[in-house]
Amino acid sequence: MRDMELIEGHRAITPPEGMPVWDVDPFDTAVLSDPDAYYAGLRHRGPVVYIPRWSVLALGQYETTKAVFSDHENFVSSRGVGLNDFRVGDPWRPPSIILEVDPPDHTRTRRVMSRALSPKVVKTMAGMFAEAAEQLVDELVARGRIEAVEDLAERFPITVFPRVVGMRDVDQRILVDYGACVFNSMGPDNALRRAATARAKEIAPWIMAACARERLTEDGIGAMIYADADAGEIGQDEAPLLVRSLLSAGVDTTVTGIGNALYCFAANPGEWDRLRAEPKLVRPAIEEVLRYTSPVHTFGRTAGRDCEIAGYPVEEGTKILCVLGAANLDPDKWGDPDTFRIDRRPMGHMGFGAGIHGCVGQNIARGEMEAVLTALARKVARIEFDGDAPWRPNNAIHALDKLPLKLIPA
Amino acid sequence: MPKVTYIEHDGTETTLEAASGDSVMETAIAGGVDGIVAECGGSMMCATCHCYVDDAWIERTGTRSEGEDDMLESAVCEVKPTSRLSCQIAMTPELDGLVVHLPEEQV
Ligand code: HEM
Ligand code: FES
Repeated sequence: MRDMELIEGHRAITPPEGMPVWDVDPFDTAVLSDPDAYYAGLRHRGPVVYIPRWSVLALGQYETTKAVFSDHENFVSSRGVGLNDFRVGDPWRPPSIILEVDPPDHTRTRRVMSRALSPKVVKTMAGMFAEAAEQLVDELVARGRIEAVEDLAERFPITVFPRVVGMRDVDQRILVDYGACVFNSMGPDNALRRAATARAKEIAPWIMAACARERLTEDGIGAMIYADADAGEIGQDEAPLLVRSLLSAGVDTTVTGIGNALYCFAANPGEWDRLRAEPKLVRPAIEEVLRYTSPVHTFGRTAGRDCEIAGYPVEEGTKILCVLGAANLDPDKWGDPDTFRIDRRPMGHMGFGAGIHGCVGQNIARGEMEAVLTALARKVARIEFDGDAPWRPNNAIHALDKLPLKLIPA
Repeated sequence: MPKVTYIEHDGTETTLEAASGDSVMETAIAGGVDGIVAECGGSMMCATCHCYVDDAWIERTGTRSEGEDDMLESAVCEVKPTSRLSCQIAMTPELDGLVVHLPEEQV
């Protein structure tokens, strides 16, 4: 490598002439716990802002965020979607062969994954999701007062997702924590990331072992991926890495989606009444939860060559934070972004990303959220806060730490 | 701006002007055409933007994109040789006047 100054494992850049500079730490725990003012500040300063603290660019206006996040030709994923540039340093784990690659490598693995996670496949799981949701909600309604993060948001995906994948091994704590570690590791070298790295060391071996062919049943998505390896679409050594992607990206995210949905409805009882009156609104309601709360708040890209953002020159090797949470609350795009309206139908929201890397698990995520909300809407008249609901700082995930709720039966 | 006409299953016709570079799906959503749902917003993950390209246009809209065949298998209505995911057809000046037919259901 040429001589260069590195910061957070990527090349330090000199900001282009005239670009707004903002001395803020987007990964400060106070910002991560309550990001709205940071989002607004970012959007207000311009389409692209230089952040000296980590020597990165950051985007928060909808149009630019979406354009850059989906422009895989200029802004690559193969150099990591966190702050480290895989080209100048070693990643903390072998990179994902779907999230952290570009075409043509990406095209091949993406095809295998999108077939395994297609609407057709997910429809076959709807009955299982509905039954599991029914049972869990009955139990929780009988209890009345719950801590919804652990009792519901975590428990539901942990009940159904391992079955979907066909896992023989299940451990709620490890599965939830692994996702959180992966996402925290996308940030700078802060306390969150250091704790994640330490925890990941303990649990990564368990995760990799659980991805092996002999630890999977023959009727799950994991087996479909191995079958594609047998058919030669991907290598035998790639199958376990794709199963690993399911476990990194498919648990903590849906946990967050479900928790955030409950939060939205506790905070907006009128919208809960509306959903109960019109159960068909459940699908658009899910989109609105994702727009309004952005479970994945920030992912990065790296400029793969010299290019431009909003008219500013951007040099090769520049890290760019795409702040999905800010784009999803941009008034220029949404008009009244701070209102939670279940019939908004926020087409084009960034909750699942955009472009060729757009969430490949989105059908399962919607299926899980739909099952939970549908069961609750039938059985619960009101969802009320039963104490403080603080957010849990994470370098890429916007999730609740605790959510004490009272479920008032219908 | 190139125009595109949507003919819904019940015969309702809507003609819209497409902003440059927008897909047939994005144009329909912006214009409030009911027969396209497009739940995934164009990531080619949902197959709820299924359309049948009118025979007269099939040459000009070109071939299905990488992975589109796979995703069409998830469409709820019959897949025909003219079937496309409307999020994968970008409107260009050459497609001015395009006609697409919409299936009875998307979900
Ligand atoms: C509410 C839940 C979820 C949210 C908010 C979410 C969000 C996202 C986002 C924003 C991306 C784009 C990343 C990028 O462009 O760099 C993504 C990609 C991805 N998601 Fe999800 N996700 C969720 C659930 C799931 C589930 C359930 C799975 C697995 C079954 C999954 C697997 C993946 C994978 C493998 C990718 C990488 C796709 C690629 O690079 O082509 N996600 N997700
Ligand atoms: S909009 Fe989802 S596949 Fe076209």
